[in-house]
Amino acid sequence: MLDAKIPSGPLAEKWDKHRFELKLVNPANKRKYTIIVVGTGLAGGSAAASLAELGYYVKNFCVQDSPRRAHSIAAQGGINAAKNYQNDGDSIRRLFYDTIKGGDFRSREANVYRLAQVSNNIIDHCVAQGIPFAREYGGLLANRSFGGAQVSRTFYARGQTGQQLLLGAYSSLMRQVAGGRVSMFPRREMLDIVVVNGQARGIVVRNLVTGEIESHGADAVVLCTGGYANVFYLSTNAMASNVSATYRAYKKGAFFANPCYTQIHPTCIPVHGTYQSKLTLMSESLRNDGRVWVPKTPGDQRPPDQIPESERDYYLEEKYPSFGNLVPRDVASRNAKAQCDMGKGVGETGFAVYLDLADAIQRDGKEVIQQKYGNLCQMYEKITASNPYETPMMIYPASHYVMGGLWVDYNLMSNLDGLFVLGEANFSDHGANRLGASALMQGLADGYFVIPYTIGGYLAGADRPEITTDHAAFKEATQYVTERTRKLLSINGNRTVDDFHRELGHILWEYCGMSRNDEGLLKARTLIQELREEFWKNARVPGSSQDFNQSLERAGRVADFLEFAELLVMDAFERKESCGGHFNEAYRTEEQEARRDDENFCHVAAWEYKGDDNDPELHKEPLVFENVELTQRSYK
Amino acid sequence: MLKVWRQKGSHVNGGFETYPATDISTDMSFLEMIDVVNEQLTLDGKDPIAFDHDCREGICGMCGAVINGRAHGPEKGTTLCQLHMRHFSNGDTIVIEPWRAKAFPIVKDLVVNRSAFDQIILAGGYISVNTGGAPDANSIPIAQEIAELAMDAAACIGCGACVAACPNASAMLFTSAKISQLALLPQGKPEAANRALAMVRKMDELCFGNCSNERECEAECPKEISISNIARLNREFLKAGLVSAVK
Repeated sequence: MLDAKIPSGPLAEKWDKHRFELKLVNPANKRKYTIIVVGTGLAGGSAAASLAELGYYVKNFCVQDSPRRAHSIAAQGGINAAKNYQNDGDSIRRLFYDTIKGGDFRSREANVYRLAQVSNNIIDHCVAQGIPFAREYGGLLANRSFGGAQVSRTFYARGQTGQQLLLGAYSSLMRQVAGGRVSMFPRREMLDIVVVNGQARGIVVRNLVTGEIESHGADAVVLCTGGYANVFYLSTNAMASNVSATYRAYKKGAFFANPCYTQIHPTCIPVHGTYQSKLTLMSESLRNDGRVWVPKTPGDQRPPDQIPESERDYYLEEKYPSFGNLVPRDVASRNAKAQCDMGKGVGETGFAVYLDLADAIQRDGKEVIQQKYGNLCQMYEKITASNPYETPMMIYPASHYVMGGLWVDYNLMSNLDGLFVLGEANFSDHGANRLGASALMQGLADGYFVIPYTIGGYLAGADRPEITTDHAAFKEATQYVTERTRKLLSINGNRTVDDFHRELGHILWEYCGMSRNDEGLLKARTLIQELREEFWKNARVPGSSQDFNQSLERAGRVADFLEFAELLVMDAFERKESCGGHFNEAYRTEEQEARRDDENFCHVAAWEYKGDDNDPELHKEPLVFENVELTQRSYK
Repeated sequence: MLKVWRQKGSHVNGGFETYPATDISTDMSFLEMIDVVNEQLTLDGKDPIAFDHDCREGICGMCGAVINGRAHGPEKGTTLCQLHMRHFSNGDTIVIEPWRAKAFPIVKDLVVNRSAFDQIILAGGYISVNTGGAPDANSIPIAQEIAELAMDAAACIGCGACVAACPNASAMLFTSAKISQLALLPQGKPEAANRALAMVRKMDELCFGNCSNERECEAECPKEISISNIARLNREFLKAGLVSAVK
């Protein structure tokens, strides 16, 4: 049933062959097709712009007041490409291999290889757009190495690479808006997807300013709505990031793949109080120069400058001599947790480890370090009121990114015809763990260089009946959305929505975070069910539906998180192995590292919604590896 | 104690309301402080304060309000979401107002409509390249100093503080940041004249005021964008008007 539609032939030729085999849409016909793109981040912005350039009419939606604000903007570190400008042994094959291995052999070979292939085009295009990447004195582009890679393949624009790439996509998008090929719909939240004859034909959105429920029809729908890391309440994601769009698509029949693959980022500023609304990431590029350590003795309360070198435990360097502080994110995170669980954590809460720039400052001088990490250090100081050039920074892992998402085939189309899913919203390229600087690469690859081809193949191939938004399916979706909104506003209980969200976050972080076990997962499932029940009895959502009502927006998102969280936990429970971001304590090697079970779990777990009162059904897409050998990841 | 501007929509009058803010920790961000006040308002059956925010790490440009007369509050180079309560004292009265500019109509309370900024960008704040045809990224070397200058300008987050801080509600700093970034880079040169003329024209059309060198924008910009960009805009605009083939 789950056909990934991977082209036959040798790995390196698949994409080329497939592009040739895809049907083309006659240029004169393109303007007759309407495509809905939901989201304006790197995937959505680049897709909307590129599709409009081809001649399609695009309707583009976002929840913020402007498409320039999507959360891709917050990515700091950089974007990978296999340019091999540094002559240090990089190649498309190596970027492919590193990504597959980094993902703990739980992604598709063909997708990842294509990603590595188009990575180079992305850099070319972004430079042409006027993105001010960092450069060497000779005027050529600079690179740095990034978590988990032994070559320098990461392109960057100070610590604001995501911002610059996003503004590049935004500028291309604005050019198309000016040309009339894209209509922009800001401050709209997608609340349902409309399916007619098994084909995605439109969406229902709420106008966040007037409260009006609007219907929009199209020939295809492209979801670029990001990830669900905010299910943990505290995460590095923006406040409005949510699962609603993908979860509603799931409830309309799209399969949700690998929801348990969540990434906990090792270098975030630690939590300090219950009022805290979000966590701030410190780019892991800091790990290139910063050394991670904790005191050797548990419970050592001395300030860091009073702990002599001999009493410090540089646990990553010790345990992983060849990768040291640059081990992949999941490994770094779990080790930080392990140290804190042993009582060696530092700071007020004991849930932090040091990231120390002192040696790098001594080696390269403060100026060099300032040039590399100036804005990060400034940000750290603003938040914590502590100077990282003098006192080691304190860091702790936080929920940051999700590898899971809607299931898609090689064309990035879900099992629902005409529903395409790009960027973090799909599951496709990062397996069980994403490498640093690969999210920007994937978002832009999907939007600039994959969807413009594959959507043409779909539009040219499929028959679609003529419909308008008067069709019964739009009426039904509108009714469902309106009724749900009414229900949320009428609960009138005694607990705020944020309070429920906070509790949900606690449950997931405790039982389904960096380290999981069967007993905890079962417990989490019950707790989530109870919390959800209480939500619908006791939440308080003030205001009206006909107004700018931020409480209502949040309530809808949290209600979806409360359902989705259960799916996440079920998926984690089903996967009886440890891989990447999913670590089940029962499955580990003698060295306490994740132990995969390639015999039984070398597959994508894709969940099908079966109604509110039934468990979802699990479908498995076997992962076939013809070009790489499955090995136990080792970063020793 | 908070004095907050409350306004139901763009067509009705607003006014200040006073709310107590208690149990505020010095480690809280300003927006977390408003969260706490809003939780209480919700439980008291009152309408919580509407305010825009998203990334809460100073990069998306969504948040912003005038705090005691200063855009984004008293700290230099800081967005509202990165302003922490340790910069205030116990017992202070804090006055919170939305951005005030004709081009930014109020949506509700502290939320304003900044779509005029998008209008300025779509008048020409881009390089006209389609996906697919770009030459190799290293085919045009760019001097490091030039790339850095372009990056300084490109750091603009489009929050609107420059407009709010300017006595004329001018959008010159915002517009000049984009014009500068693209004029500095070789890729942006072919369209530089057109871009300068079109973006400035659009800015005027949208009812933003003129620049009279007050330098308030530079002082309040959370990304510390320099007004030397305005000088570059003026040069680009003049050059375009005088010598360019485009009118």
